[in-house]
This record gives sequence, structure tokens and C-alpha cells, in this order.
Amino acid sequence: MNRRAYLIFTFVGLVALTFIGRVFYLQVIDDNLKLSAENNVIRRVKDYAPRGHIYDRENRLIVGNQPAFDLMVIPNQLAPFDTIAFCEIFQIQPRDLKRKLKAAFDYSRLKPSVIIKQIMHDEYARVHEQLIFYPGFFFQRRLLRSYMYTGAANMAGFIGEVSETFVRDNPQYSKGDFYGVAGIERSYEHILRGKDGVRRIVVDVHNREKGRFKDGMYDTLPDPGKHITTTLDIELQMYAEQLMANKRGGIVAIDPKTGELLLVVSSPTYDPTLMVGRDRTRNYSRLFSDSINKPLFDRALLAEYPPGSPFKTVNALIGLQEGAITAHSHYSCNGGFRFGRLFVRCKCGTAGPIPLKKGIYKSCNNYFCNTYKNIIERYPTAPIGLQKWNEYVHSFGMGEFFNNDLPTGRKGLVPDSTYYNRVYRTNRWKAVSTVSNGIGQGELLVTPLQLANLSAIIANRGYYLTPHIVSAIDGEDINDPHFTVPKYTMVDSIHFETVIEGMYQVFEQGTARFSKIEGIEMCGKTGTAENPHGQDHSIFMAFAPKDNPEIAIAVFIENGYWGSRWAAPIASLIMEKYLTGEVERKHIERRMLEGSLVEEYAKQEAILAEKKRQQAEEKRKAAAQ
Amino acid sequence: MSNRGTFSMDWTLVFMYLALVFIGWLNIYAATYSDAYTGFFDMNQNHGRQLVFIMGALLMIGLILFLDVRLINLIPWPVYLLSLLSLLAVLLFGQKISGARSWFTMGGFAFQPGEFAKVAASLALAKYMSQADFSWKKFKPRLSAIGIIALPALLILPQPDLGSAIVFSAFILVFHREGMSPLWIFLGLALGVLFVFCLLFDPLKLSLAIIGIIGLMMFLQRKIKGRWLTYVGILSGILIFIQTVDFTFDHLLEDRHRNRINILLGLEQDFQGVGYNTHQAQIAIGSGGFWGKGFLQGTQTKFNFVPEQHTDFIFCTVGEEWGFVGSVAVILLFAAFIIRLVMVAERQKIIMYRIYGYAVASILFFHFTINIAMAIGLFPVVGIPLPFISYGGSSLWAFTILLFLFIKMDGHRKEIW
Repeated sequence: MNRRAYLIFTFVGLVALTFIGRVFYLQVIDDNLKLSAENNVIRRVKDYAPRGHIYDRENRLIVGNQPAFDLMVIPNQLAPFDTIAFCEIFQIQPRDLKRKLKAAFDYSRLKPSVIIKQIMHDEYARVHEQLIFYPGFFFQRRLLRSYMYTGAANMAGFIGEVSETFVRDNPQYSKGDFYGVAGIERSYEHILRGKDGVRRIVVDVHNREKGRFKDGMYDTLPDPGKHITTTLDIELQMYAEQLMANKRGGIVAIDPKTGELLLVVSSPTYDPTLMVGRDRTRNYSRLFSDSINKPLFDRALLAEYPPGSPFKTVNALIGLQEGAITAHSHYSCNGGFRFGRLFVRCKCGTAGPIPLKKGIYKSCNNYFCNTYKNIIERYPTAPIGLQKWNEYVHSFGMGEFFNNDLPTGRKGLVPDSTYYNRVYRTNRWKAVSTVSNGIGQGELLVTPLQLANLSAIIANRGYYLTPHIVSAIDGEDINDPHFTVPKYTMVDSIHFETVIEGMYQVFEQGTARFSKIEGIEMCGKTGTAENPHGQDHSIFMAFAPKDNPEIAIAVFIENGYWGSRWAAPIASLIMEKYLTGEVERKHIERRMLEGSLVEEYAKQEAILAEKKRQQAEEKRKAAAQ
Repeated sequence: MSNRGTFSMDWTLVFMYLALVFIGWLNIYAATYSDAYTGFFDMNQNHGRQLVFIMGALLMIGLILFLDVRLINLIPWPVYLLSLLSLLAVLLFGQKISGARSWFTMGGFAFQPGEFAKVAASLALAKYMSQADFSWKKFKPRLSAIGIIALPALLILPQPDLGSAIVFSAFILVFHREGMSPLWIFLGLALGVLFVFCLLFDPLKLSLAIIGIIGLMMFLQRKIKGRWLTYVGILSGILIFIQTVDFTFDHLLEDRHRNRINILLGLEQDFQGVGYNTHQAQIAIGSGGFWGKGFLQGTQTKFNFVPEQHTDFIFCTVGEEWGFVGSVAVILLFAAFIIRLVMVAERQKIIMYRIYGYAVASILFFHFTINIAMAIGLFPVVGIPLPFISYGGSSLWAFTILLFLFIKMDGHRKEIW
């Protein structure tokens, strides 16, 4: 053979070898290409898991699920259509429709885009048959929350669609997912959410669906969210919310034996169904921007009020434990507590020396200023004494978070020595400089939840279980020791009886005698808290029955004048309903239901506005000079 | 037929041909297959039409084998002339399909004269170079031979169809067999490599490196005296080339070619735009793995991720569905086919037949190399088909005629005239 033929042979051999090497690299060594191929053809479509239900303590459904429908469009399947008729049927502004269609076209002609979100079932039933006249549009089913009661909005919370930022921080979510924004929905998100299933769908180069990948062999079914049983008594909650109509404030009731929250009311509140459906965005922004009523602000958990007189029980208990007083220590009230130039007024109206019990049910300021002074002065210096006192108060769950299963909370404020050192710019202040702590005024701040817990502590004679909202998940009781193991205060249980006796007398012959329920031994303590924002708050703390407490409650009514005017009757009505199942005292009930503080709030707003105006004026004058 | 007794067909080539056509059809079927259409003989589908083309090809084979071999000596010039005329006509009256005026359309079928020009050029070249007074060493015949090749190429280029035009450079292998110095081939290859280097590296650094290498070679060569002029000449030639490449690349090539080259060299990455084909082709091939996904199981193939997969990118289907094993089989089959063609060409006693055989081998070799290199990402995207395998009537028929004219010639080698 001609030797020139071998050149071709060599070339052919080289080319073949090169090709085989390259093909070997592509097909055997490089794994990325296999992955890319899979990404090319397989679309993962989510099968949304239904969220878990939320039940109350009697297994009444509070929050369930309901189907809603998103109206979707695939632009390149659109045929020309009568937009006016379409807008009429689907209740959408032509301008909005145009904008959304343009966005859909810009996003993708082949992939679906949303035109209208969350069309609820009623509307869907009306419009879905019309859809055949509009090719390119279709409905996509989603599960939304359905609220069985118009109450407990602050507790149940609501869900919303994830934002881009949220997805970036929480990669287990993706666009279009819902998540708990507030309430139990938020704190129990991981339980309620479940696990979405994945369907693998094969698509071609134009993203058209071509069937299921390997007949669904690798698909996963959605794992529905777990059902949650809350500790709430939804009927009681609804009743309390009705009582709170036209009043601002918070109510918390606890089962002292278990720490279970029977109701958590914040007023004004809102109808949770507003957070579902086509108008949810408008509704939400209206609620969000209501800076006067702040319906989204959970006053029961977040509002920090001065505790007022109910706090006197704490000082009584500390005093007894510390030996600063005994049950038989007597103090005479002469219209107030005097020390040098300091004067704390008292309107208890008692004459002569009174014992602790009477000090409580007459709510004598003088008595507890003395008690407080004695506690602090048992220690070499006031700062050391105050520090000890602070420790005691903390053991009552005040001044710190409960770290419970509620989505939000506040610490409140229990001042310590550092606080006063800063205020007085010295550590040489005396017990009397901080004597307003003795009567629950001054710097002290608690949330309604903390005051209700105080009531539970007294009911339990010295301990509490961290107040919590969920009792069982999927029918299985929670066993978190944080919620099931009692937390003891630093006060021995023996000291509680005197205080309880005093609180019992509050109903028998004290400030709350008109709120007494016949046949039930009740203990309570009214409060009238001065506050810098205007009219005094009406406060009440109570539990019942006295010897086997089933409910402990705290009520705060903003600007409600004094404790027995609003807070005590409301608390007693709730306790009556809870303990007897029926409210007999219709006249009190009617007065509370119909009573309104709206005018008072308007007045407060006016005063506040006036004050602001004056301040601005002064500032301007100062600036002018 | 006067030669019945002595006609001996080369069955090896015929079987290889049939194997390639069969593999081609299977893969075209796979490339156009989707779950919705399953009919084998659906004329609306590519695989159905290809079946018709194959029938046509078989008829042509019959016709070629039936005709008198002496016709082959008569037809080259008329065929060549006809071919040039058709190329001219298609430029004037052709149908523009995807940007190139390369087609005559008649009814449902399109006819691409460029494919048949290869047959005509091969015949004409073989005829011309086998003349008794032809010698590669003489300037004028050499120029005429190159002209025979260049003329159709220059008519195809403005269609525009760069791929089909550069196929004619394959004839360099024929020239080499008939006396051209192999230096030219190596020079061509060297320039190609240098061209790529120029694009990859900074021209200044590249120049310095080459000066260094040649300097070293001069240093190592003891008896430099007589040759230093040659070295300096080569060196300056290279340096001038480096300088011109930049200019050529930036000013003479079109954007699409430039982009394709840049992407191939990894200088640009554009998986959505110009680089889409190359990238998707490699995904399809790479996803096949060692054993492949199996016939009709290729997801990339089935859902059309690679454009032109039934024609120029048919090798992707092979790669995806038949894996490394299938790819190697096709590569080896093709290599063996070309080697067999060269061997058969070498046994020709008639010079024209030998030259023609070389032309056939060269053209197929060129198509094979460029097409697969393009599919596996070693060469920029130029649209030329993989012979016998790619979908397309014109290409199948042209290659079949090309091949079987040679098989016909070979069949008569035992005759004594």
C-alpha cells in the first residue's frame, strides 16, 4: 500500500481517539452534566400540605382550613376576550387586569402567573363556570385558614405569604408558601405547617408538561400539619371579648393548677376572617395603620402597665418571709405615709392601727409603704435591700420573660439598684426614695399576663406553672418540663394564707364587695394605677374558689378610673361563667356589655394632643429666644 | 449488463453503510419521538420521511449498480457543470430556510444542491487528475485542480453556508495522496493551532514564547549556518500571522462565528444565547453515562432540549440513549468505514477510481470529524451533517451516490479492458 495512505490512517486514528477520550470525559467522568440534564426536564411541583387545625380545650375547632382559588393565566394560551365582561365577572379593575397581564407576559409566556389571589369559595362557585369562555385562564386551588369564631384573633394569629427576604433567611420555604405571621400560627409554625409533598413533572424545552417523572416513583405525598389543642376556652374568650367592647385593655385567665391559659383577651381586637380572601391586604393595612386603637397590638401580652394595688400582696408576702412584718403587725393610717418631706396619700379611710389582712382589703397605702421600708431596711444599705427585694419579685415571674409558647411577650420592669443608682446618680439613696414600689406604682411595670400569673401563684400558695397556650399536639399531651414542673417563689407557702384571707375579704367587705358571686368563695384585689398617660387604669386580680382555685384572672381596663368600676365586675362575670357555666347577675352583665369608655378615650386623645401642642409651642418659644 | 460475471461488490463497505443508515434512522426516530406520536410510517414526522429517503437511496443504489460502469468516465464534466449551474441557480432562486439560501423546494420536499456538489467535484477532480499529462509538480495543472474544488466552494459560501464550503478543504488529503507535500497539511494544522493560541493568549506573550522556542531550536541545531535564514523566515511569518489573527478575528469574521469560537474556547459563557446549543448538546451526551438511558428513554432528546437534534446534532441522541458504549461504537464504525474506503481506494488500478475513492474517504472523514467535534464541544458550531446518520434527503442521497459510485467502480476492478 502506498505509504501516503498511512497519513490518513494516522489522522483517522487520532480523531477517533480524541473523540473517545472526550466522550469518556463527558459521559463517565463529568457528573455535572447528568445533573443539568435532570434540571432541564424535571420540574418539582409542590403538593401543599394542609396546615394543622387549632382546637380549644373542649375540642372545639377554632381554626381550620378552607379551599380558595387563585386565578392564574398562561399568556400564550390566551385568546382575545371581552375584558369588560371579564372585569365585571371577576370584580377587578380593568387597569389592574392590564397591569397584571403585562406582568405575566413579562415573566413568562409559558409559565402560569397569578392574576387574582384568594378567591373564596362563594365567589368561586359563582364565577368558575364562566371560565370556559376565557381560554388561558385557570383556577389553582390553595388551602387557606378558616376561622370558626370571630374572636381569639390575637391568639390564633394569621398566616401570610412568604416574602423574598423571608425565603432568603429560611431556605426551607419557597415563593408562594404560607407561614405563620402572628399568634399560635407563628409560635407553632413548625408543628402546624407539615411537610409539603413534591411531584416531579417532566417538561419539554418549552416548559410544557409531559407527564409524571417515572410514573411518580420519586414523588412524596404531603405530610399534613399536626393538629394543636390549645388551652383556651373559646366560649369564655368570646364572652370576655364581648365584655371588653368599647374598652381598651387586656384580660388573662389561667388555670392555676396547670398554668393553662383559659383566655387571653386584648381589646380592641379584630375579626380574624379579615385576614383571608381578596381584601386581606387592604384589611391588614387598615388594621396596621390604626395607630389609635392598635388592634394588632396584643395588650394582654405586650402592654406594660403599673400593677398598682394588687402588687401590695407581693410586698406583704416578701415582708412575711423576710420577717419584716408579721400577720399581726399593725400600722395606723393617717391619710397617708409620711417620711420627712415625702407624703404618699392614702384613701383607705381606716382609723387606728390595722393588721395586715385589713391592710390588704382596705388597700392601705401607708401599710405597704411601711412594709416595703421595713423589708429594705433589714439590709445594711438600701441598694442591697432593694436587690434582695428585686430577687423576690423576679421569683414571682415579673421583670422577666416566661419563655413560653406564645409568640410575643414583654419583661415588664422591676427596678434594681443599678436602675436607681443611675436615676439618683449615687448609691446613697434610701428605702423611702423608692417607696412607691411598696404600692405597685413608680417604675414598676407588668403585663396582664404577669399579673394573672401572680394571681395564680397566690391561688397555688407559692408556685406557678409557666403559663402556656398549647396542651396537646395531635392528641398527645405536651410534656415539656418547662410547662409541667412547678416553679416556686422564694416565699414559703405558709405565708400565703394571711394574704389570701385579706384577698377574700376584698370580696366580703372590701373594694370588690359588689362583684361577689353568691355561693363561691372568691379572692381578689382591686387596683387603681396612676399612669403618666392620663386617667387612672382600672385593674383587678382575682382567683376562685378560695380553697380549690380553678381560675386566676387579671383584668386591665385603660383609663377605667378605679378597680371596682370596670375591672372587678368584668373579672367576676368571667369567673362566674367559667365556674357555674351561666351568668346570673344580668344587671352587671348588661352594664359591662353596654358600658363604653370611647368618650373617655376621645378625651384622653384630646388632652394628649393639647399637651403635644403645648410642648411644641414651648419648644418654638425656646427656639425663638 | 455486460459485466455480470466479474462484478464483485465490496460487502464490507455495503454492510457498514447499511449499519450507519440503520443507526441513523433509529436515532432520528428517537429524536422526533414523543409519547404522542408512535407511528413508524407517519409522513408528517421526520422519521417517516427519512424512511422514504432511505427507500429512495436504495433505488439509487440499484440504478447505479445497474448502469454501465463506462458511463462514469463520461459523466464527470457534464455533472460538474450541472452542479455549478444548480449552485448558481439556488443563489438566485433558492428558498431561504433558517437564514441560508441553500434550498430548492418542490412540494413538501426540499433539495439542497450543495450536498450534490461534493459528488460532482469528486468526479471532476478524479477525472482531471487522472489525465495522463497531469502532474502535481506542474503549476498550471495544480492550479486547475485547486480551481475545480474552489469553484463550488466559493458558490456555496455566499448562501451563506460556511460549514458546507469548508468541507471542500477535505480534498487536501486527495492532493496529498497524489503528490502534494505533507508539509502543507501540517502547515495548515499548525496555523489552526496557532490561531487558537492567538485567541487564548496575549499576542505579545505568545510572540515572545515562540521567539524563545525557535531560538532554542536554532541553538540546539549545531550546523545552523545554512539554515538560519529559513528559521528567521518562519519566525517572522509566525509573528506576522499572530498580528493578523487579531485583525481577522475582529474584522473579517461575522459575529456569530466569533461568538461560537469564543464560547468553544471558554472565553465566553452564554448558556442561554449562542452557547445554548453547545451546552445542551454536551448535557445530552454527558447525561447518557456509560450504558446510556436506552432507546427512546432520552429525556433531553425526547423533549427537544438540543435544537437540530435530528440533523446536525444527531450524535447527541446516540450519546444520550446509547451512552459511552454506543458513542464509541459509532465512532469506531465510522473510523473503520473510512479506513476501509482508503484501503479499497488503494487497490484500484485505474487512477481515476483511486482518486475518486480518496475523495469519498476525505469528504466522509471531514464530515465525521467536524460534526462530532461540534457535538461534543471541540469545534465551533458549523452546520454540517453526520453522513448517513443525520436526517435529510439531500444529504443521504448525495452521500449514497458518492459512496456507491465508488463501490460500483471497485466492483469492476477485476475486469480486464
